[in-house]
Amino acid sequence: MLNSTYIALIPLLPIITFLIIGLVGRRYFPKFSGVLGTLSLLVSFLLSAFVAYQYFFEVGKVEGVYQKIIALKYVWLQFSPNVAIDMGILLDPISVMMIVIVTFISLMVHIYSMGYMNGEPRYATYYAFLSLFTFSMLGLVLSTNIFQIYIFWELVGVSSFLLIGFYYEKPSAVAASKKAFIVTRFADLGFLIGILVLSYYSETLDFQTLIQRLTTEGNYLTSIVSASFLGFSALTWGLVLVFAGGAGKSAMFPFHIWLPDAMEGPTPVSALIHAATMVVAGVYLVARLFPIFSNSCPGALEVVAYIGIFSSLLAAIIACTQTDIKRVLAYSTMSQIGFMMFALGVSGFYAEEGVGFMGSMFHLFTHSIFKALLFLGAGAVIHYVHSNDMKDMGGLRKLMPITHLTFLLACLAIAGIPPFAGFFSKEEILLACWNSNKLIFGAAVLTAGLTAFYMFRLYFNIFWNKEYKSHSESHDAHHGEAPGTMLLPLIILAILSVVAGFVPFSHLVTADGIGFETEFHIGFAIGPVLLAVAAILLAYFMYVKESLVPQKFADTVKGFYTAAYHKFYFDEMYLFITKKIVFNLIGRPAAWIDKTIFDGFMNLIASVTESVSESIKSFQSGKVQDYAIYFFAGTLGFVLLFIYLWT
Amino acid sequence: MLFISTALFFIGVYGFLTRKNMITMLMAIELILNSVNINFVAFNKYLYADKLDGLFFTIFIITIAAAEAAVAIAIIIHLYRSLKSIDVDDADLMKF
Repeated sequence: MLNSTYIALIPLLPIITFLIIGLVGRRYFPKFSGVLGTLSLLVSFLLSAFVAYQYFFEVGKVEGVYQKIIALKYVWLQFSPNVAIDMGILLDPISVMMIVIVTFISLMVHIYSMGYMNGEPRYATYYAFLSLFTFSMLGLVLSTNIFQIYIFWELVGVSSFLLIGFYYEKPSAVAASKKAFIVTRFADLGFLIGILVLSYYSETLDFQTLIQRLTTEGNYLTSIVSASFLGFSALTWGLVLVFAGGAGKSAMFPFHIWLPDAMEGPTPVSALIHAATMVVAGVYLVARLFPIFSNSCPGALEVVAYIGIFSSLLAAIIACTQTDIKRVLAYSTMSQIGFMMFALGVSGFYAEEGVGFMGSMFHLFTHSIFKALLFLGAGAVIHYVHSNDMKDMGGLRKLMPITHLTFLLACLAIAGIPPFAGFFSKEEILLACWNSNKLIFGAAVLTAGLTAFYMFRLYFNIFWNKEYKSHSESHDAHHGEAPGTMLLPLIILAILSVVAGFVPFSHLVTADGIGFETEFHIGFAIGPVLLAVAAILLAYFMYVKESLVPQKFADTVKGFYTAAYHKFYFDEMYLFITKKIVFNLIGRPAAWIDKTIFDGFMNLIASVTESVSESIKSFQSGKVQDYAIYFFAGTLGFVLLFIYLWT
Repeated sequence: MLFISTALFFIGVYGFLTRKNMITMLMAIELILNSVNINFVAFNKYLYADKLDGLFFTIFIITIAAAEAAVAIAIIIHLYRSLKSIDVDDADLMKF
């Protein structure tokens, strides 16, 4: 067994840092808070790496199977002898993998932010929020029970709200943070109902008990399967609702609309939230409950698969048309998360069938590295150009050589070119699709091709294309390439996105805990790679020089292009639904009832009181003799009353 | 005796309610008090002749009445200073 107490430090260090910086640091040592946050996270990261080492290579494996270990557990809220909410730490392959990723990416972001946010007046506040976010995310991945995960889920939501809306002077940032919060809240409602359904039937909140009860034959499974609502069993409903929560955080269709807008936050935040951590929370959630999905309810898993592939393809198409570089990255994130989702969706549970699960987790791992790199690189570019728009960029390769090189590596990784990280994980996913569902496989290959295309469109537009023209002479003089604190994470991440693919993931992270050998089919890999190369070449010819080709191409498919450029009008659709339908048909009548009936009733009481008191106020004349008359009359009245009562 | 006291009481009440002069009202209050005194004395004499409680009460009331008259006159003087009048109807500031 692991000696477990120090594991608690991994999430506790960030929260302590948050408290210190938030309460004291902002006033007394604002400049130092960045260093403090980074150091505490460094310790957290080292601890996580140590835990991972211990888990994967020393104590985690018992007879060839990776165990689920409850490293720490105490009862937090005891409702009744049977119902309690625990707080604890659960170690299994995916949670160990996640703590390493989260602390690592967060560490990179912390270091990077020291350069990026330098000179920002609310520098310390920013670090406090970063620490809070890291804490929530670590708590989320280490949760032992479904209620604990929900608590941290909401904490992640609120801290991402704070981070997205960090520039609260900007109305667009405020709107974006509200949007992110509200949209995910809708999804979380589904999640909560899902939790209630699942735990009502299984009579437990604990993951292990829950999974055990809902995957083995017995009373619990029978009752939840036999209870049906609208033609589907309670189990299906519960799982689909839980998935809805996951879809909200992971920006899957139809909850994806918040993700692009959330790019209003500082760029390192986008890297942290939208690349590595928060958006994969949904994938993590599905992976956490994967045994139930896979063994007891394949129907719900199909929902996951189809929503995943649809979001993935949709986002890839939209990404090809956007000009804001962060938005392109946001849609690409959505697309890659879609990859992870449908990989889970097509996966089986045992051994070799679990290749989808393994691929999904593998992709989560590699994606968080290269996507963080892309975001941080984009941040460096934005820092240099002071604009998010591709049109203001071009020809930056000579001006920012290191950023250029790292960005190129990340693009190659995401496009799935061997031997970069993305290639391996994407191959596993495609293999899993090929084995189970040819339709999804086709769409996945298409999406992979599109991914290569739009990533290189982005790359060529930023670094090649036209020559860079600075808007003002003065600003080139004082900064060229980004400062060292920003370059260091870029370089580390770039090296990792080259080598991360060689991690023997199939031995470490699998659905049932048993490692297996993945066969590597060279013939199978050629197709997608060639497609990616072709897409890159296409992007090369279209965007390497400033030309009219893209414009002409856009004109030939004008309707489709415009639709994609406007993100298929999802925002407008939601606005239509909320403004026209919800507000007019529900909100207005409700407001009318509230104003006329409820308020009217209260107003009636008030006005009756007022008129009565108006009419009797003349009794208070201020004249002593009037009062004396009332007094005598009253006394007389009492006397008469007593006489009447006695006789 | 009771008739006298009753008559005295209602004369006092009538005077209190109708006179506008505060001094007169004070005198009316004295009348009411005295009617009560007569009552006490009369009941003590005819019902409990061997006890002195009624008489003591009477003495108390006379004492209190003297104090009360002093306070009342002080109030009246003060009112007169601020209102330039001892008409009770002029002292109607405490109203809605």
